[in-house]
Amino acid sequence: MTKFLMTTALALSFAAPSFAATVAEGDTLAETQEYNFWLLDGIKTVDPQLNTDVEGSDVIRQLFEGLMNEDATGAMIPGVATDYEMSEDGLTYTFNLREDARWSNGEPVRAQDFVYGWQRAVDPANASEYAWFIELMNVVNATEIVNGEAEVDTLGVTAIDDTTLEVQLSQPTAYFIKTLSHATTFPVLQSVVEEHGDDWTQPGNLVGNGAYTLTGHNIGVTITMEKNPEYWDAENVILEKLTGVVVNDQNVALTRYQAGELDRMDIPAGQYPRLSEEFPDEAISFPYSCSYAYLVNMSDKGREELQDANVRRALALGLNRDIIVDQVLQGGQRPSYNWTHWAIEGFEMPEIEMASMSQEDRTAEAKRLLEEAGYTPDNPLRLTLNYNTSEDHKKIAVVAQQMWKPLGVELTLNNMEWKVHTDRMQEQDFELARYAWCADYNEASTFLDYFRSTGSNYGEFDNAEYDALLDEAVTSENPNEQYTAAEQILAAELPLIPIYHYANVDMIKPYVKGVPLENVMNNWYGKDMYIAAE
Amino acid sequence: MFGYILRRLAVAIPTLLLLIVFSFILMHAAPGGPFTRDREIPAQVLANLEAKYGLDDPLWKQILDYVWGIIRHFDFGPSFVYPDRSVNEIIAAGFPVTLTYGLLSFVLAVGVGVALGAAAAIRQNSWLDYLAVGISIGAQVLPNFVMAPILVLLFTLTLGWLPGGGWSFNNPDYWIMPVIALGTSYMASIARITRSSMLEVLSSNHIRTARAKGLPERRVIWKHAMKPALLPVISYLGPAFVSMITGSVVIDMYFSTGGIGKSFVDSALNRDYAVMMGVTILVGALTILFSLVVDIMYAWIDPKIRY
Repeated sequence: MTKFLMTTALALSFAAPSFAATVAEGDTLAETQEYNFWLLDGIKTVDPQLNTDVEGSDVIRQLFEGLMNEDATGAMIPGVATDYEMSEDGLTYTFNLREDARWSNGEPVRAQDFVYGWQRAVDPANASEYAWFIELMNVVNATEIVNGEAEVDTLGVTAIDDTTLEVQLSQPTAYFIKTLSHATTFPVLQSVVEEHGDDWTQPGNLVGNGAYTLTGHNIGVTITMEKNPEYWDAENVILEKLTGVVVNDQNVALTRYQAGELDRMDIPAGQYPRLSEEFPDEAISFPYSCSYAYLVNMSDKGREELQDANVRRALALGLNRDIIVDQVLQGGQRPSYNWTHWAIEGFEMPEIEMASMSQEDRTAEAKRLLEEAGYTPDNPLRLTLNYNTSEDHKKIAVVAQQMWKPLGVELTLNNMEWKVHTDRMQEQDFELARYAWCADYNEASTFLDYFRSTGSNYGEFDNAEYDALLDEAVTSENPNEQYTAAEQILAAELPLIPIYHYANVDMIKPYVKGVPLENVMNNWYGKDMYIAAE
Repeated sequence: MFGYILRRLAVAIPTLLLLIVFSFILMHAAPGGPFTRDREIPAQVLANLEAKYGLDDPLWKQILDYVWGIIRHFDFGPSFVYPDRSVNEIIAAGFPVTLTYGLLSFVLAVGVGVALGAAAAIRQNSWLDYLAVGISIGAQVLPNFVMAPILVLLFTLTLGWLPGGGWSFNNPDYWIMPVIALGTSYMASIARITRSSMLEVLSSNHIRTARAKGLPERRVIWKHAMKPALLPVISYLGPAFVSMITGSVVIDMYFSTGGIGKSFVDSALNRDYAVMMGVTILVGALTILFSLVVDIMYAWIDPKIRY
């Protein structure tokens, strides 16, 4: 394993010194290289360690560069690091940083800048919400520092010299490398933060090491980035200007896309069939690493009736997911019978029994199980489903209600505001709750860890065998074995009723090239894109 | 008059304080907090966040600290959602936008509304009256969330004259649609109020006297009818003015102007306590201020109130 990883990394560093915009044969470049992308909401911050949302990460990925980047398929490729070595025990990683990496003020990017960035993330004084991400990476002392039990400088990340960074982990972590394209792990220039304080993220003050620099930020309206001439691979960067345009309403965004003000936007729910017929070159559906499910409250505060695995199984069997996906969502989503998104890199989909049954068989089996448990349409099991306000969640809930009714389940729908919904889930104050999980990194454990007894796990599913499998997976040569077994436990125990795996349905102007549609994380880099002449 | 203003101001301060305390308590009573996320934040990380923002103090201390911060430094605290921005910065970014399109809408609504209403009353039952009533009813039944898409369809998609949203202080093209969308329904109300009040005034005794003594009609209207006819309009304008300059969620959302109306709703949904308090206080203070202004204008126009 060690050898394999090392050779892969080394090979990468030679075979692919850079992954920049490659102009396809037959394409000529447009005169103006500007890309306008849609933002549903204003960018809250471009501070890599304080950011908490996806849109913020999209912007930060242009302004900063971490040790690793992702290519168009989501595979990890060298970023600031050219290559790395892992020790025999899997606990120490040594990264060689490229000598030509520069900050936008011309200073060299040094290993110390990564140390500073990572320390900022765990420093209690800085109160970064994503401190847990460094904990998730199992960096030595991360948890102790967050808990205030150790000094910040004891974090297991050290600058051996300006271009050598050493990371110490508390346990071997198979997915460690995959976490390195996440904004929380990006370097930050200490002198700039100390000079400007909170204002260091303002245009003019911000110094980044990414392919673009921040030239304007009009809160809630636009954010503008322009090509950074100091970027080490600037000669291969084609797009000159990136603008994030805030449009608070998705239907308005579609209008403004049609008016040519946006080059890319998410299609509003239910409009994909019409748009893909009208604009076949522009309406695109591609997998996105989130899973949608109804969580079952398995805790003491949950319903006793739901402690019966057969009842949970009946609920799972009774949902006709094809109708939900094909008639309600209509955007290329896939029905799901397991938890981990099908397109996660390296993940082999487990063979779930329920998935191979026909819907008639499923419905018949559901009916039988409920009858056995004593529920019929005349004497139904009454349950409540909580969901947060959204047209789509509502439609799916109504469909579920109708599908379960003839089986002997009377579902009450309980719509609530997002914060209330989340609060209730965290307090285990629910029976069934709508939930979705999105991958933090492109590996199955990001999904499966959720149902660990120590995981977020709002339904408080607790299964020792499951926990043990995931512990094993961390150091396993082929973790798919454990992942499959873990998915089978979920499929048998059903602490969740899986419903579908997400897809992103976007309108993208045909002249925008290099959007990474095969990267299930949907992480895009302006440096890899270009505008073709029409 | 001066004493009257002073007395009103003296009442305003405790009113504002009460508003702060009530909003603060109500806000914290809502389930969830600024850091309630779909993935639970580890307890210690949450504790660090709460310590940073003072959310670990008892509620009474939080209120006192908050009010004290405002009194001493005019500091409304840090935003919980925009981690490197303060509430003052957020209001300073959003309020000028709202103020700009709000003031312009106000001018549009009052200018056109009063002219339309007065003209309709003076030429009652003429084609002008029917036209004016038709326009104002039309504008009234077209709420801004219907008006906005129609404008975009026409000016952006069909004609391609105006940008479909966004904001720039340097380019008035961005202002036009928000101003029209916000102003029309106010304009319609003002026109209707002006018309009916003008009709009432025109049939009153003092106008009959003015006409009887042979004054030219123009003089009758401008000198004798306009002032009393505007009284009900003015009482409508006070609250309307405040709600226009403090923003409309619909306009902010639809045109993505970055205005303060959107911050109001967002901060409530995100439990961004500090921003929500900041905007509430801003709107509260303006409401109190402008109801005072309306009262003063009333006294100026209507001697019955003054004496």
